[in-house]
Amino acid sequence: MLHIVACIKQVPDTKVIKMNPKTNTMDRASAPAILNPYDAHAVEEAVRIKKRYGGTVSVLTMGPPPAVKAIRKCIEIGADEGYMISDKRFAGADTLATSYALTKALDKIGKQKPIDLIVCGKMTIDGDTGQVGPGIARRLDIPPLTSVKEVKEVNKQDGYAIVHRKLEDGYEVVRSSLPCLFAVEKDINEVPYSPLPNMIKAAQYKPQIWAVNDLEDVDVKQLGLKGSPTIVAKVWPPEKPQGGEMIEGSAEDQARKVVNIVMEKKELFRERGGVS
Amino acid sequence: MSFEDYRGTWVFLEVKEGKIAQVSLELLGAGRELADKRGDQLGGILIGEGVKELATDAFTYGADVVYVYDDPIFKHYRTEPFMEALMHCTNKYKPEVILYGATSKGKDLASAVATDLPTGLTADTTLLDIEEDTGLLLASRPAFGGNIMATILCKKYRPQMATVRPKVMKALEPEPGRKGEIVEESLSLKEEDVRTKVLEIVLDTQKRVRIDEADIVVAGGKGLGSQEGFELIHQLAKVLGGAVGASRDVVESGWIDHHHQVGQTGVTVTPKIYFAIGISGSIQHLVGMQNSGLIIAINHDPDAPIFQASHYGIVGDAFEIVPLLIKEFENVLGLGDVSHVGKV
Repeated sequence: MLHIVACIKQVPDTKVIKMNPKTNTMDRASAPAILNPYDAHAVEEAVRIKKRYGGTVSVLTMGPPPAVKAIRKCIEIGADEGYMISDKRFAGADTLATSYALTKALDKIGKQKPIDLIVCGKMTIDGDTGQVGPGIARRLDIPPLTSVKEVKEVNKQDGYAIVHRKLEDGYEVVRSSLPCLFAVEKDINEVPYSPLPNMIKAAQYKPQIWAVNDLEDVDVKQLGLKGSPTIVAKVWPPEKPQGGEMIEGSAEDQARKVVNIVMEKKELFRERGGVS
Repeated sequence: MSFEDYRGTWVFLEVKEGKIAQVSLELLGAGRELADKRGDQLGGILIGEGVKELATDAFTYGADVVYVYDDPIFKHYRTEPFMEALMHCTNKYKPEVILYGATSKGKDLASAVATDLPTGLTADTTLLDIEEDTGLLLASRPAFGGNIMATILCKKYRPQMATVRPKVMKALEPEPGRKGEIVEESLSLKEEDVRTKVLEIVLDTQKRVRIDEADIVVAGGKGLGSQEGFELIHQLAKVLGGAVGASRDVVESGWIDHHHQVGQTGVTVTPKIYFAIGISGSIQHLVGMQNSGLIIAINHDPDAPIFQASHYGIVGDAFEIVPLLIKEFENVLGLGDVSHVGKV
């Protein structure tokens, strides 16, 4: 029976985040915390694999206590168990420190029940990096398979999986030994509405929550801000055109003016066909 | 770790269809500036099967030295053997900076290398600079769905690494005949030790519009009313030799498939000219197109947010204005001239 672990994150919904027009800063309170949408696809895919081959789906997250909500969402989707690591010493982690902390938790989960497959979303919508999944795979020394858009086969008995990996101009069929890690694309599946029994289970679900001291062999220097090689030195609002010129006049005038503006860039038309 | 040992800027030279990928040429241009500022060499790292001769192209575009790993084991991109090659080369020659294209391969490889070295990695960089005296890389990128820009530093580790989005840096003018040094390297990797196998590569046979590579994008939104109305976008794009883009609700309505979707959950585009027609301009859409060179919006609603993000705006009826634009452009450009060219 397969043991699949999905690594997930609770994120602010960047789609609805509002900017304060006066200070040009983000109003974080304006954004509800949600399960990272890519991770919802990862959990759904894990559940589908479980349905095909049998097994258990666990989810793991790192975050502050309210992130329990994201785990409950995964239980709604069909995950069986949830684990959370939560400790002030994890705070401020970049992708390197995050993959380190998650790997320590995966070691603990794996000791209870060996892990055959790890599934992650392609990236998070707040960090946008897509680095944590491959980082976990490297630390566990298992093959990372990013850009997975279809899972063809997972064969525990013979110890392999076959997936389609999205390329810029098509896809490739890859076979990997198990265990391995999939980072999945958004179009791998559609996450359906959750069945009522799952929702009932989720509402009452209490995940196991571990602090740093509950994990083994942790080098605290590699955690959180301390363990993060990258630091954010400065943030500033992106330069946006501040509402340019409105073109007035009759429709004919307006069209002619646009054509004139565009033709000032006519090198684009000379280049056409010549640029590869 | 002694930082003095780490010198030079490197670019991972991605190979695509037997050539160095465009994004890697762009990175050689960006890398040249960083290397010059530090008075160091610009290196390229080239991994593949039968790729050695491509080093010449890297020299033409600014590289001083190219490290080559040419072996059948590198025929297809796979994380682990490519990572081994990069680790080997990095440990041996100690670059100060390594840049990768923010492509599926580049991001995959950079993430793995960063973990194993270990070092910091900044993803999807859109601005690069380096401190002349300290060599500290200033890598800036959009964050929180494009709502802010952030400058990321890696002060305590070397090399410093970043992936860089295609189309944001500029390749240098090629200098034919420019020479450099080829350093051939090898690894004793055995195929049976590699845990992944590429069984098959399936390329898209249908010629797909690559909106992320187009110089001109004509994008339409729900304001066009229907799939028939959206035809106007196709017509204008055709006349201009541009690609067709769409807002998310257009894709969700099924007027066009999702490869055309511009925005946070679609494709980020940076064309030289972007037309937004009948698009109101949600933040997700703006994130995907706000770095376009020249943005022209047409919308009937004068309060549409798209006008705030545009260089030029027309408040009006797309069904009146776009046909006039098509006619005018046909006149100016000469339709016979453009029907067979254009990057679509």
